[in-house]
Amino acid sequence: MSAATSIATDADTTTPMDATLSPRRLVWLRFKRHRLALVSLWVLVVMYAIAFSAEFFAPYAPDERNVRAIFAPPQQIRFVDAQGEFHFRPFVYGYRLNINPDTWMREYTEDTSQRYPLYFFDRGAHYAWLGVVPASRYLISTREGYVHLFGTDRLGRDLFSRVIYGARVSLSIGLIGVILTFALGIALGGVAGYLGGRVDGAVQRTIEVIQSIPQLPLWMALSAALPAAWSPLGVYFGITLILSLVGWTGLARVVRGKFLSLREEDFVVAARLIGASRRRIIFRHMLPSFMSHTITTATLAVPGMILGETALSFLGIGLRAPVVSWGVLLQEAQNFQAVVLTPWLLIPGGCVVLVVIAFNLLGDGMRDAADPYSYAGGTT
Amino acid sequence: MLNYVRRRVLAMIPTLALISVIVFALVQLPPGDIVSATLDRLQAQGVEVSDTQIEALRAQYHLDDPMPVQYLRWIGNFLTGDLGYSIAYEQPVNTLIWDRMGYTLLITFSSLLFTWIVALPIGIYSAVRQYSLGDYFFTVVGLIGVAVPNFLLAILAMYAGFSWFGISVGGLFSPEYIDAPWSWARVGDLIAHLWIPTIVLGAAGTAATMRVMRANLLDELKKPYVVTARAKGVRPVKLILKYPVRIAINPFISTIGWLLPTLISGEAIVAIVLNLPTTGPLLLQSLLSQDMYLAGSFLMLLSLMTVIGMLISDLLLAWADPRIRYE
Amino acid sequence: MSEPIVRIRDLEVEFATEVGVTRALRSVSLDLARGRTTAIVGESGSGKSVTALAMLGLIDAPGRVTAGSIEFRSSAGAAYDVLRLDRRDPRLYQHRGGSVSMIFQEPMTALSPVHTIGNQVMEALLTHQAVDNETAQAEAIRLLERVGIAYAEARLSQYPFEFSGGMRQRVVIAMALINQPELIICDEPTTALDVTVQAEILTLLDELKAQYATSVMFITHDIGVVAQIADDVAVMYRGRVLETGTVREVLKDPLHPYTRGLLAALPGSATRGTRLQTIDDLVAPEELATDTPLRRLPSGRQVALPAEAPPIGQPGAST
Repeated sequence: MSAATSIATDADTTTPMDATLSPRRLVWLRFKRHRLALVSLWVLVVMYAIAFSAEFFAPYAPDERNVRAIFAPPQQIRFVDAQGEFHFRPFVYGYRLNINPDTWMREYTEDTSQRYPLYFFDRGAHYAWLGVVPASRYLISTREGYVHLFGTDRLGRDLFSRVIYGARVSLSIGLIGVILTFALGIALGGVAGYLGGRVDGAVQRTIEVIQSIPQLPLWMALSAALPAAWSPLGVYFGITLILSLVGWTGLARVVRGKFLSLREEDFVVAARLIGASRRRIIFRHMLPSFMSHTITTATLAVPGMILGETALSFLGIGLRAPVVSWGVLLQEAQNFQAVVLTPWLLIPGGCVVLVVIAFNLLGDGMRDAADPYSYAGGTT
Repeated sequence: MLNYVRRRVLAMIPTLALISVIVFALVQLPPGDIVSATLDRLQAQGVEVSDTQIEALRAQYHLDDPMPVQYLRWIGNFLTGDLGYSIAYEQPVNTLIWDRMGYTLLITFSSLLFTWIVALPIGIYSAVRQYSLGDYFFTVVGLIGVAVPNFLLAILAMYAGFSWFGISVGGLFSPEYIDAPWSWARVGDLIAHLWIPTIVLGAAGTAATMRVMRANLLDELKKPYVVTARAKGVRPVKLILKYPVRIAINPFISTIGWLLPTLISGEAIVAIVLNLPTTGPLLLQSLLSQDMYLAGSFLMLLSLMTVIGMLISDLLLAWADPRIRYE
Repeated sequence: MSEPIVRIRDLEVEFATEVGVTRALRSVSLDLARGRTTAIVGESGSGKSVTALAMLGLIDAPGRVTAGSIEFRSSAGAAYDVLRLDRRDPRLYQHRGGSVSMIFQEPMTALSPVHTIGNQVMEALLTHQAVDNETAQAEAIRLLERVGIAYAEARLSQYPFEFSGGMRQRVVIAMALINQPELIICDEPTTALDVTVQAEILTLLDELKAQYATSVMFITHDIGVVAQIADDVAVMYRGRVLETGTVREVLKDPLHPYTRGLLAALPGSATRGTRLQTIDDLVAPEELATDTPLRRLPSGRQVALPAEAPPIGQPGAST
């Protein structure tokens, strides 16, 4: 034990509960100390909830067009109208379209004569929640006119709705991809770490080879090979599979390394010596002690998946319209003239950044919390 | 040490062999082959192709040979420097690829340098002044840096360049220098254009390296040998420079191992957005048009670059850490 | 008796942990006599190592010295409170490694893995004395040979991982001796070593102490080692000093119930055929829970027991 930690752990504690805290409770205590991780957890929960019930949260269907608002900027939610009068019910103003006589560009201004109050949990067009359950409630809607909180794209489609529907695809690809990665990584890493010898060598070599090929070009090559005739759903799973096929190596390495080092740990050796069965050793002693670690690694792998999908779709070799994902949406912002004129098209990018930050913070918090008896960053 | 170098270089060979098999498989993966792709293209142009011509083409590309034979022919040609023929460009891959590989190498290398020059001092600062205002600031910057996809950063850089400076960011040369012969002015022009892709590409790696450096150093600062040195009466500044930094340098060198593939990956997409004359845009096009010799060559060379980079990083590591070379 | 070399008064150290503040040292007062070996005995967590680190001003976050003083008095007459030295005060750096040096518990990790032995031993000298590299090297070789490292010159350019644990500890000892400090703090220097090496190192330390006439503070949990090496003893438990005295007094005639328990728990004192007894069997919890301050007895010994209930171990009473 190092000098620094020995002092801390050897020392007499004035709070007698210390020794009796269960590991799980310690993990939770340590996690809760990470305010940012806790906040991130909530941010992610909310985003996944929104993505899950996209039909309810999005005011419009992803392909519904408002032909009178092409490349219209985001509207502002207001309580006070142009006359200075306060309205309890928030509202938005409609657009007034002008064509700039010099540049022939569309320019929208607020039309204060058209006031559209916003209604919450109101009934609207019928939809099928998750494609199955019929419903017609919307979080936000107007009874006349349109509400475009994030503006519209070149076809007049509501960006806010599209971002929400895009979240469903982008966020789920991250999760499903990680679950696949997790399965592959644990299976191969575990087998390699457990059997050792030649199997280990083969898995190690495979990992090395896959990691030697730059990830994005490899993704690009694999997704370029996806048949163009596939259905959107097929492409979706194809892309997920590609991301996992390339991504499992990191996790497998972690699992293998943990497995190998755990085999030599005193408590595992001790369990073996007192005659615990192999199954008991694996499931009762080894698995719990590296599960937290593995879950953390997996959490930190989610943003990589999401970024991968976004990058591929952005390049036009991942998901393609009519599928809506954040990467597909960002394709619209590919050239910078578009960005200069219609900066709101970058909002999906902001969502990507938010989710990636949240996952990273969550993973960091989990990593620090995962090792209940070590002091942050310290050696044990 | 020599022994270690030899062992490490020999270990590269099977890795590269396996990579070449994977790349070859990738080249073969899309439905159809070169001839059918060519036929499609010719027919789209309204050119009639007879069966004998098809036969001749198939024979020319040895498409009827078994796969292993085709693989051996491909890799054999590759090793002798014949990278095949680009259907889409109707040129040998060799004439298309090397300039672009050169620029890719240049940008990757300058980003690597940028990453180190920026991340090293900041990482040390953040660890030594843990929980200071500056540490928090850099932590936040690092978090954002890791989270912003580099193609988004590239777009933002162009946006900023256009709206603030009124210049069009992108490309590696001003229009007047694109086809000009090499001269000092052209080199200067290149450097003037290089810094934006360098920063855009290096940002994520810098942020990550900064965090790695900080964490490593914090770990090291708690190690008993640091306490020993302090108990010897070594002054703080000397202590930090001599011990933990010296040891944190090791993982730092090993960052080449993961930075390089990341940079090469990132370069592909940044180059596409910023319209750089590097491998990225051509790789994308070759993949989209199923120009698989070209795509295969790019994949193979980029992987080769990565493998060599990792070799260099391992050798540097062995040089820096006596424990490794004696293993 | 002459002035003690170190006089610790009412030292309090706290550590911030996740579940609250831990008091690692509670009002520790202790004198180290010049030229003698003082053993600090106690179980893990009793505050021995914290005391040692505090003596070098090495308590860092999450630890904090909240009260007390550690007065060091050199033979040349300089005297200062280690805890009051500013971070920029040159005396602090002279104190660390120059006047007082420390030998750590873990020879395996106490040396930097990527610097040569020579580099690290010479550094100790070069930090404190204005000598050139060659002199430093010659001195390092002399010291390494003195602590029993053969072919010292050749081994200067080797790395710690090429040394066994016992050899590394010798290197650490050489490093601690090279400036001829007035006080050497040994923090369980033999705990991590196997028994034969342990004996060699103890003998070596004893010889060196005699040769250089240094004062020694020896931290251990091994009563056997105490009997072998120490002149004076202080017993610590849960961050407090329970009693002090000469080795003879404390081992023969322990005053505090805890010390008695500690001695009774020694394997040697058990009757054949009975189970070994643990401290918990031997000492009632209420005898340990008190916060009684140390009290000086007429004999010069100190004990943390209330005055109104003279312990059975007092001179005159029998056990």
